[in-house]
Amino acid sequence: MCGLGGIFNLTGKGISGRDITIMASMMKDRYDGRGGGFAAYGIYPKYREYYAFHLFFKDEEAKEVTEEFLKDRVAIIKDEEVPMRNIKEIPREQIVWRYFVEVPHKFKSKADYLKREQDYIIDTVFTINDEIDGAFVASSGKNMGVFKAAGMPQDVARLFKIEKYNAYSWITHGRFPTNTPGWWGGAHPFNILDWCVVHNGEISSYGTNRRYLESFGYKCRLLTDTEVVAYLFDLLVRKQKLSIKTAATALTPPFWSQIDRMPEPMKTKLTALRMTYAPAMLNGPFAIIVTNAETMIGLNDRIKLRPLMVGKREDFVYLASEEAAIREVSPELDRLWAPRAGNPVIARLNGDVKEEIIH
Amino acid sequence: MVWKNFPPDFYVRVDKELCINCMRCIKECSFGVHEYDRKKELWKRHHEKCVGCLRCAAMCPAKAINIEKSRMEYSPHPVWTNKVRKDIKMQAETGGVILTAMGNEVPYLSYFDHLVLDACQVTNPSIDPLREPMELRTFIGRKSERFDLEEDSGASLKTEIAPNLKLETPIMFAHMSYGSISIEAQLSMARAASKIGTFMGTGEGGMHKDLYQYADHIITQVASGRFAVHEEYLKRGAAIEIKIGQGAKPGIGGHLPGKKVTKEISETRMIPEGSDAISPAPHHDIYSIEDLSRLIYALKEATRYKKPVFVKIAAVHNVAPIAVGVIRAGADAVVLDGFRGGTGAAPQVHRDHHGIPLEVAIATVDRRLREEGIRHWGSIIASGGIRCSADVAKAIALGADAIYIGTGALVAMGCTVCKKCYTGKCPWGIATQIPELRKRLNPDEGAKRAANLLEAWSHELKEILGALGLNSIESLRGNRDRLRGVGLNEIDLEILGVKPAGW
Ligand code: SF4
Ligand code: SF4
Repeated sequence: MCGLGGIFNLTGKGISGRDITIMASMMKDRYDGRGGGFAAYGIYPKYREYYAFHLFFKDEEAKEVTEEFLKDRVAIIKDEEVPMRNIKEIPREQIVWRYFVEVPHKFKSKADYLKREQDYIIDTVFTINDEIDGAFVASSGKNMGVFKAAGMPQDVARLFKIEKYNAYSWITHGRFPTNTPGWWGGAHPFNILDWCVVHNGEISSYGTNRRYLESFGYKCRLLTDTEVVAYLFDLLVRKQKLSIKTAATALTPPFWSQIDRMPEPMKTKLTALRMTYAPAMLNGPFAIIVTNAETMIGLNDRIKLRPLMVGKREDFVYLASEEAAIREVSPELDRLWAPRAGNPVIARLNGDVKEEIIH
Repeated sequence: MVWKNFPPDFYVRVDKELCINCMRCIKECSFGVHEYDRKKELWKRHHEKCVGCLRCAAMCPAKAINIEKSRMEYSPHPVWTNKVRKDIKMQAETGGVILTAMGNEVPYLSYFDHLVLDACQVTNPSIDPLREPMELRTFIGRKSERFDLEEDSGASLKTEIAPNLKLETPIMFAHMSYGSISIEAQLSMARAASKIGTFMGTGEGGMHKDLYQYADHIITQVASGRFAVHEEYLKRGAAIEIKIGQGAKPGIGGHLPGKKVTKEISETRMIPEGSDAISPAPHHDIYSIEDLSRLIYALKEATRYKKPVFVKIAAVHNVAPIAVGVIRAGADAVVLDGFRGGTGAAPQVHRDHHGIPLEVAIATVDRRLREEGIRHWGSIIASGGIRCSADVAKAIALGADAIYIGTGALVAMGCTVCKKCYTGKCPWGIATQIPELRKRLNPDEGAKRAANLLEAWSHELKEILGALGLNSIESLRGNRDRLRGVGLNEIDLEILGVKPAGW
């Protein structure tokens, strides 16, 4: 059991981290203090051109080794310690540093440089996480960052001075770990490029999904099932160019009994989609919130074994495990609803929020 | 004098008080065990001929017959077992190869019996298949790597979907030819397959015209003898399987003796009546992977690329690179036949000593295809020694897309695994062409029992998925995380890609 929350401003207006912290603290009985975290988009406008790496280091040595490695791979435009408070609730287990980096021009020779650049960044992240002992990349997207630690989300917020950041998209997670030990890197959100995922539940299809992703070169080494969701979105949307809706449909497709009753050409289309993405399908009890720079997606498993609520008030969209969390930050709502099992709720920057009816 | 079959394997004990002298056992036994001397009014039982099929005991109206394992044995010796000594004596008598049937009898380690499935507790609710949808539908064939859709028009599909077989349960009936088994047995499986929404294989014997109406659920076979292969045959079935090898006898061919080639069999196989039907060990036009590719594409051309083409290989030491080659050569699925696979006739030495376990073959082939990034090019069909729904679930978790059952299907229809199929005297009307014996299998009943078996296993598979917290078979496929090994060594576990229990 875990607590999820998300706040998304449809017009891109930044708001402080105070509201998301309140949301998180409303779901106290959904976590036990072994992991909490936040992701925020739009927080580094000054460095928006650069990949923002949030890094955890076990000690100075890990930091030195990583910096040596980074200097070989990318150009570091700026680096600094991520501001932190000393609080008694969370001992400083890690050194947390951020680097704004760019991929050197020698890699930009090809026409498809953007794609290659992103793959290059992913490869850099995987290599650090995989090969450098005591170093961990918490996030690697542009103009965004992940803040997480082993503690209650509201303490993590104090630790990282979350209230000082202004973001148009916020997600949070309070963790009640049942599958992996609690450490800073194991807390949610999980990130790759600008994809972030927070997750309540279990991905029972993890083994199938992981082996599918591995055949595309993704490395699932985080000892947790949540990472596959971030990689699946990266694969389906960024690499294979599916729309967010189609990608979400591939991950929680309608049942065959529903597809069999559909009219053509929907039937053929969904049959082909399920055949193609059978190993990508997510199974098990889950509610997830997935974000990238332009979107916030809420998604439940196909029989809705975990709670997820959506609220809307003017240009704000709220997602949370519990209605109480939404009501606490926005007592008045234009709309509040529980999306159906397997239907993605998609909020788009400069667009609207919509539950896509695929089930 | 040295006796060939002494001491006998079985002892036929008939209770004289119960026996009503109806003579039924004489008719029932196709091996000539029971004999009655009318003049002397004396019964004679030829114990040494008994194969332990239990037909007579089952049919005896007075329930007077008991077939016992003979207690008479040679002086015990742990190395020179009774079987070893009997085999030697038989060969000393005949100078020939020992022929046998059904699957491998050497008690090699069964990996299936050392793998256990996971189950949900607390953090992940199990799912009740009686209340929630539970999906077993499986597609066999090539898949695209990505889905290409014209987003603007909303639904026009750019991805070209290769022909796939749609299975409502991931279990099919293995290829057993008309000739090796009766048309009644084939009909039973064809009807069961159509009813359940799955498939049966013709084997190398062609498709008897009585099966035409079920052709949508029949996979035709092209083997080294090329019996019955012509355009109509290829087009009639739902898919085509090229048989390179068989788990029960890797590396060797087959032989249907002329006396079994009846008129109907000769018509179906398209060979002269009474002539030996010989399938050579290799296909004489396939001496390399390029040759195989040519045959695959010749068959695809002949069927206008509308039928998936499978290639069946025996699981041998190098199975992973061979299977990868098969998929790269254009096959839409590779069938892996493990060393426990059954047969209607095979030399004992091949059946018992060639090939590798199916579980290992699935694990290594699935891994290699993934490493090469071509897992979606073709499906993996596992066959050979699958005995129950748990074996099916384990095979799928190791990486198989679907499985074939042969022996299991025959047992459902009455077979008692007496291992005498090659004699053509199957007491249950299955592996025989003798009209009186064939009558013993009623295709309506056979179909019902074969379908029941598929239904029972499918039902159990749904319960297994429910216990795993999954509601679709595709989330079990290759999901080795949901398996644990019990009592396997480190290397075995590494090869299977499975953690030991406790990890
Ligand atoms: S071979 Fe079968 S039918 Fe004949 S005696 Fe033995 S058990 Fe009975
Ligand atoms: S098919 Fe018939 S002959 Fe063969 S093992 Fe079964 S019962 Fe015996």
